[in-house]
Amino acid sequence: MKVNKRTFDAVIVGAGGAGLRAALQLSEAGLKTAVLTKVFPTRSHTVAAQGGVAASLGNSEEDHWHWHMYDTVKGSDWLGDQDAIEFMCRKANEVVIELEHYGMPFDRLDNGKIYQRPFGGHMSNFGEKPVRRSCAAADRTGHAMLHALYQRNVRANTQFFVEWMALDLIRDQDGDVLGVTALEMETGEITIFHAKATLFATGGAGRIYYSSTNAFINTGDGLGMAARAGIPLEDMEFWQFHPTGVSGAGVLITEGVRGEGGILRNSSGERFMERYAPNAKDLASRDVVSRAMTTEIKEGRGCGPNKDYVLLDITHLDPKVIMSRLPGIREISIQFAGVDPIKEPIPVVPTCHYQMGGIPTNYTGRVVIPQGSDPEVVVPGFYAAGECACASVHGANRLGTNSLLDLLVFGKASGEAVIEDFKKMPKAHKELPKDAADLSLARINRLNTQTNGESVHEVQLAMRRVMQEHAGVFRFGDMLKQGVEKIMQIAERAARTEIKDKSQVFNTARVEALELDNLIEVAKATMVSAEGRKESRGAHVRDDAPDTPEFPNGRNDKEWLKHTLWYRDGNRLAYKPVHFQPLTVEPIELKKRAY
Amino acid sequence: MDEWERRLRWHCRRGMLEMDLLLQRFLDRYLATLTSDERGALEDLLKYDDIELTAFLNGRRECPDPRFASLLERIRGL
Repeated sequence: MKVNKRTFDAVIVGAGGAGLRAALQLSEAGLKTAVLTKVFPTRSHTVAAQGGVAASLGNSEEDHWHWHMYDTVKGSDWLGDQDAIEFMCRKANEVVIELEHYGMPFDRLDNGKIYQRPFGGHMSNFGEKPVRRSCAAADRTGHAMLHALYQRNVRANTQFFVEWMALDLIRDQDGDVLGVTALEMETGEITIFHAKATLFATGGAGRIYYSSTNAFINTGDGLGMAARAGIPLEDMEFWQFHPTGVSGAGVLITEGVRGEGGILRNSSGERFMERYAPNAKDLASRDVVSRAMTTEIKEGRGCGPNKDYVLLDITHLDPKVIMSRLPGIREISIQFAGVDPIKEPIPVVPTCHYQMGGIPTNYTGRVVIPQGSDPEVVVPGFYAAGECACASVHGANRLGTNSLLDLLVFGKASGEAVIEDFKKMPKAHKELPKDAADLSLARINRLNTQTNGESVHEVQLAMRRVMQEHAGVFRFGDMLKQGVEKIMQIAERAARTEIKDKSQVFNTARVEALELDNLIEVAKATMVSAEGRKESRGAHVRDDAPDTPEFPNGRNDKEWLKHTLWYRDGNRLAYKPVHFQPLTVEPIELKKRAY
Repeated sequence: MDEWERRLRWHCRRGMLEMDLLLQRFLDRYLATLTSDERGALEDLLKYDDIELTAFLNGRRECPDPRFASLLERIRGL
């Protein structure tokens, strides 16, 4: 098969918020920059972010980046790196105001300043009371952000390769990253993008779960490529879940439904929350509700043919109340669950939303891996930002509105890191290894020649079910152990996928098979990392690590205040210390995380 | 699947899960039955952003082009 070659100063994979922000930095500095993206940039998953972007502008009331930093460290359950968190919170105002200057239509106060609203977990004066810190553009903040950044990139002459899928990272014998291989969907041809800097901004991989709020494109392509190239993945056991998504579909049912009197029931119709939270019942906090739902399902009291969901019942409510106070819920329920909630309860399940872990970077966006006794050695030529990266600012749990901030700050920072590194690099590109495209060609060739293989759809479904059942929102030691075995078996099946369609032009079956190669790496990383961490922390909650006086919330700082690293080779785990020392201030000392 | 259909299916990969789900179901149910005018209209409809499509579908905004009305009705799937 013929392989084309193109040469750029920098290649960015992914054109969501982080990729566009990084690209802008590079193009405006005059670097010849290519951005590869599976879908048109403004259709990236950033479009789904509604909440806003956090910045301690203090437009409505007093605020300070140090308070924001405290909230983020606490939210992360002290697993976040405090240097990266200080960096992000201090940069927030700058990147938000820049975005305003790019034409982002933020909501405004009467005095013309950006309007700010409160958001869960964001407090003033080191956790004292809620503060208005979120800057939003109505309920379409992500959409507006993508448009502002895309327009600006067009002006800066960023070169977009739309409907191109990156396949593999190119590393030479020294371990330096020299670009990527990519598949052009229009032609089916493979091209090497030879670059001095390669920046991943490929987003999350929430599609590893059966129930996920993530769009279909969120297949963790960057994580799969990194893992295949020998880069470990960090803290992959930490995923944020929402308690009530429509089972299978993943579309969220707002918590307002329980506020209006919605009741959760198991297979015998029992209102099970009465057992778990006798006072708050169905209005207990997210984690309590998620845990109860998971326990009911695990103990065989789930509903449906696979006993894998519970029911959210509002049939006892006056239909008028449903229509007036919960607009949209009936439509969502009919569209995505196939039931009219006035007559029948809605099947719901805890639903995966956000990936806290990712490709390990430092706070400048440079990818770092252990080498010898140093846990964090820069991989020359490799950068990552946004949900695919782990800087780590979210640690074990992310605060709302910190994800859009993350992609702006680290999109920009990683771009700046590239520009800085460029000054020290020789003029000529480092020579490509002879086998630069071999791995990608072998993967394509295997798909084209596989016989008696597995169906991509079936393997993907099996993976998503195992992840949901064994590494969901609430975890059990025995289930995780079994989960590791099961996911390794599914990985073997994923290596033997077969596609019937061998055509070249827009072969979406091939693209989906290649996406599964990436998803399965993320699934393995998640399951193995979760099995390995024998404590509860943030979003990783284990039944066998409960809340005790010695280990509040099940957190064991003596043994587990460290980052997980999962290596694809040997399916093994390593650990590295958390950065407890911020850049300029005193560390935020360990405390029980309570709100 | 012919080339047009494969390309169209990819253009139904969106940034928002709700749109992915509605469009995929629409294609599975109706694609084979579309007239050539409808096929053309569908291609154009997909050029709208997810946010705009969502607004058309949940009635928050009226779609400016009557060519899309019956497609939107079927995509809504109620």
